[in-house]
Parts: sequence; structure tokens; C-alpha cells
Amino acid sequence: MAAAALRRDFTPVILTAALVLLLAGSAVVPAYLRFLFELALANGLAVMGLMLLMRAGLVSFGQGLYYCLGGYTAGIAGSFLGISDVFALLALGAAVAAVVGLLCGLLIARYREIFFAMLTLAFTMVLYGLLINNERLGSTDGFNVPAPHFLGWAPEGERLGLTLFVVTCVLVYVVALGLHRYLGSAMGYLGEAIRENELRVEYLGASVRRLLLVKYVLAAVLAGLGGVLTGLAVGHVDPDLANWTTSGEFLFMALLGGIENVAAPLLGALVLELVRSYALEYAPYLWQMTLGATMLVIILFLPGGLWSLARMRKGADLTPEL
Amino acid sequence: MLTLVVIVLDGLVYSSWLFIVAVGLTLIYGVLRIVNVAHGSFYALGAYVMASAAGYYFARGLPPQANYLIIPLAALVVGLVVGLPLERGLLRFFYGRDQVVLVLVTYAAFLVLEDATKLVWGVDPYYAVEPYRLLGTLSVGGLPYAVYDLCLIGVAGGLGAVLWWGLNRTRNGKLLGAVIHDREMSEAFGVNVTPIFTATFVLGAMLGALGGALTAPEISVVPGVGAEVIVLAFAVVVTGGLGSVVGAMLGALIVGMARAAVIHLAPSVELFVVYLVMAVVLALRPQGLFAPAAARKI
Repeated sequence: MAAAALRRDFTPVILTAALVLLLAGSAVVPAYLRFLFELALANGLAVMGLMLLMRAGLVSFGQGLYYCLGGYTAGIAGSFLGISDVFALLALGAAVAAVVGLLCGLLIARYREIFFAMLTLAFTMVLYGLLINNERLGSTDGFNVPAPHFLGWAPEGERLGLTLFVVTCVLVYVVALGLHRYLGSAMGYLGEAIRENELRVEYLGASVRRLLLVKYVLAAVLAGLGGVLTGLAVGHVDPDLANWTTSGEFLFMALLGGIENVAAPLLGALVLELVRSYALEYAPYLWQMTLGATMLVIILFLPGGLWSLARMRKGADLTPEL
Repeated sequence: MLTLVVIVLDGLVYSSWLFIVAVGLTLIYGVLRIVNVAHGSFYALGAYVMASAAGYYFARGLPPQANYLIIPLAALVVGLVVGLPLERGLLRFFYGRDQVVLVLVTYAAFLVLEDATKLVWGVDPYYAVEPYRLLGTLSVGGLPYAVYDLCLIGVAGGLGAVLWWGLNRTRNGKLLGAVIHDREMSEAFGVNVTPIFTATFVLGAMLGALGGALTAPEISVVPGVGAEVIVLAFAVVVTGGLGSVVGAMLGALIVGMARAAVIHLAPSVELFVVYLVMAVVLALRPQGLFAPAAARKI
């Protein structure tokens, strides 16, 4: 701890610089690029949650569950309940994700390794199966999410896109800073301790189950927030948000970026979103192949993700993350 | 009464299909401890090979009754052409790593194979309805029932019997059992584990492809058929107990019967039931309903 405190912590600086850059950039870059960044940041929220679990040695194949819950909460509240304030929607999405996360988490936090992965997968598929057969919510087509208001202000068109982007950036910034503090706290460090040796953590007097439950609920809330933002940005939600392929993509983003720093998942989400849009444009049939091949290369040669490249330059060792 | 008969019959047919699709997955897990996401690709590839081979076969006007030979041939081809290189060229480098890492590796392989399939066959649907039509229908209590579907029950039963016999009554089956039980100990006793791993993986791939080839006449073969099947196969295998062939059979029966009953009685929760069964079983007995609890090794 002392050594860590002595080393200067650059993460807040990097995050602040990124925020300033994004906000300044949003004025000049074309709308499609801004939209792309917005989606990447929204996904990045879910991936940050996944990072929290992965640091504790748990690989979730089901973050799509909360992502989808967030999106559908925003859609249902907007379409059927008449709630369209962005902050109310975010709070509602987070609350729904937290409640469901707590209920599922009480059960899921007892499992490890492959069983954890499969149980999370099963839960997200249960939601998928429910939504697919629900006619009122548009079945497989999903439904449209109405445009949000901002504390009573209802911008339209270009203005709306820009405002939503600013809200997304600021929210992600605040969450990332908070998460960074959490990771540096005793509770945060205990996550890695659990990954290394669960029994020792118990002997040290910490409750592994409670720690994991907290992490699981936090991850659920983050995915829920990401889902709300994605639903609002796209203006549409469908059951595919809960399909296992969505959760698989989150996992891929986490692997790609790395899980050492809060900024790493955001980097992974951003790179994936950029590669996806260009690959879909130029080689639509090769997109998944690119994704799969990259994933293999990362697992084989860069287990710490892209973020570990920064550390390599400083001469540190590349500890495998998984 | 008729509803009950139809539910049981539908359930049996669906269970048989599930068993054929899932048994390869459980076999691979039992021996190699890999939860093989690429199993969906084997299924899709089997369906594609069958559909295009059948199209070619019927276009040439060859004797129609012999077309059923294409189905096992398609499975054989996929197992050897895709399964073998996948195990030798990729998966063997990850043996001994964490199971979750292997899930990710096979997931990556699945993504690559998805696009490879699109590159070879394009995105237009393929049809191979002739084998299905040729067998005609049978009247069950006044309702027409496709004979092809009924044949699936026989195929699944035969497959289960052959696998059971092969695993329990042959020398290689016993060796496999030893490897499943304790890999290091069997190596110490001189069992050459590498070819056993390879053979099991190829066999599992063939079984997945067989499931696809058998299904091809009943569906339109389009990109994405693999992704749907994986989770269904997981549900079956997990319900019965990962790594157990008998478990896969019972899991298929439970999931298949549950789905058939729900389709006839409450169609709005059809797909949901399958996943619910999986989630409940995982939550209560994560090792599966019929797998013996394993002692944890430290």
C-alpha cells in the first residue's frame, strides 16, 4: 500500500483529459462518430462492471441481463409510464438492475469458475426467453424508446444528440473516478485477493460472499446504466440485448482492453466499436472472424489486454490476468 | 387424451433431437473439460454440408432412397475437416489452462467459424426438404405425423445405445473412463492421453454435425442457426449433468417434454421454460441432476 501511495496516480488525470477531449471534440467531429463514441462509452459502463467481477476471478457470461433490463426500463418508463427525464430514467434503470442483481446475486455469488459463467448465462437467457414471447413489448422486434427530457428541457434533433452525449460522457467520467477510488480501497484490493486465494481472505476475517455480492450488484448497476444510455441513444430496444452474444461481446471488450485500470475497459469498448463500424462497412462477412481471431491473439500473446502494452514499456512484467 | 398423446410424441421427438445435438457437447466436456461453444458451429456446418450435398445429389437424379447416407457422411466430413484441425491446431495449446479461458477460446473459434461459413455458403438460405418429404406422414389418432420426425427417436435411441456400449463395453471406452476419472493417474499407468483427447474431440464434433445434418431437411439453413443451438444444448447438458451421456439423455427428456407440454398448454412461455429449467437446475444442483457429486481435489 505504501509503495502504491508513493507512486503517482495518473488515472484521474488521464480520465479528466479524456473527458475534456471528448467534450471539445464533440463540437467538431461528425455526428456519426459522436454517436459511435456514445455507444462505446455506454457499453464501457457495462464492461467496467465486468472488470470488477473479473478482477475477483469471476467471468460473467450474463451482463447482458442487466444491460437489457436497463434498456427496457428506460423504454417502458418512457413509453408506458410517461417518465422521460434522463436522470429519472438513469436512477430507475440503476434501481431495477440493483434489485434484480441483489436477488440473483444472493444465489450466483455462491458459485465459481465455470458454474458461475453458466449460471449467469442461464439467467440472461431466461430474460431473453421472456422478452421474445412478450407480445406487448414487441416480441423479437422490441419497441421504440421515446426521446428523453433533461430536467424539463426537451431538445430535438442535433441538440438532443449532443446533450445526450454530454450526459453520457459526464456520467461515465464520474463513475470511472468513483470506481477507481473503489479499486484502490481495501475492498477493491480484496477482489484480487479473492482471485488469488479465497480461503486466505476468509482467514483474514473478510466475508468473501459479501464482497462478491457487493461487486456483483455494482456490476449489475453499471450494466443497467449502460443499458439505459444505449436505449436512449439508439431510440430502440430489443431482446437481443439479453442474448448471450451481447454478454459475449462485453467479455471480449474486457479482454481486449484489459482489467488493470478503469480506463482499460473503456479503451476496449471504444476500439471494438471503431473496428466494428469500419469492418461492417468494408468487410461485412469478415467482421466476426476478425473479432474471433483478435480474441485468440489477445488470449495467447497479450493476456493483460491492450492496457498492458503501456506497462510493458515501463519494463514491468506481463502478468496473465486469467 | 389426444393432446396428451401429441405432447408425449412431440416431446419424444424434440427430446431425441436435443439428445443428438447435445451428446457431443457432454462427451467433449467429460473427457477434455472444455465447455465447447464451437459446438454450435459444428451443428451449423453439418446442416450446410448436408443441405448442399443433398441439393447436388437430387439435382443429379441419383436414386432418392439412398440419400440418407449423406447425413452420416456430412457428419464425418465436418468432424475430420473442421474438428480435427481445431483440436490439433488450436485447443491443445490451452490444455491445463482455466476452464473459463477455454470457453473464451472456443467462443473465439465459434466467431471465426461463423464467418467462414458465410464466406463458403453465402447468406442465402439453403433447403434440403426432399429427405423429409420422401418419408411421408403417418396418421396418429387422426393427426398426420411426419415419419422423418419419428425416425429421429430411433436414431437417438440407437446413438445412445451405441455410445453406452462403446463407453462401457469396449477397451477404448474403458480407457476413456480412466482418463475421465483421473487424467494424471492414467498417464502414469501408460495410457497415451493425446490420441484419446483428439479422437474424443473429433467424435464430439461429428455428433454435433450429425445433429445439424439431421435437422437440415426440417429447417431453412441460414447464418445464425448455430448460435441458437448452443444455448439449447447447454441447457440440456447442464440439466442432466455435464460430462455424462446418460445425463444428457435424461436432460434431453426433461427439457424436451417440458417444452412440448408448454407449447401445447401455454405457448407464450415456450422458450422461456427451457432456460428456466436450466437456471433452476444450475442453482440447486450445479453439477447436474444425474451427475454424482465429485470430491474436490486440493
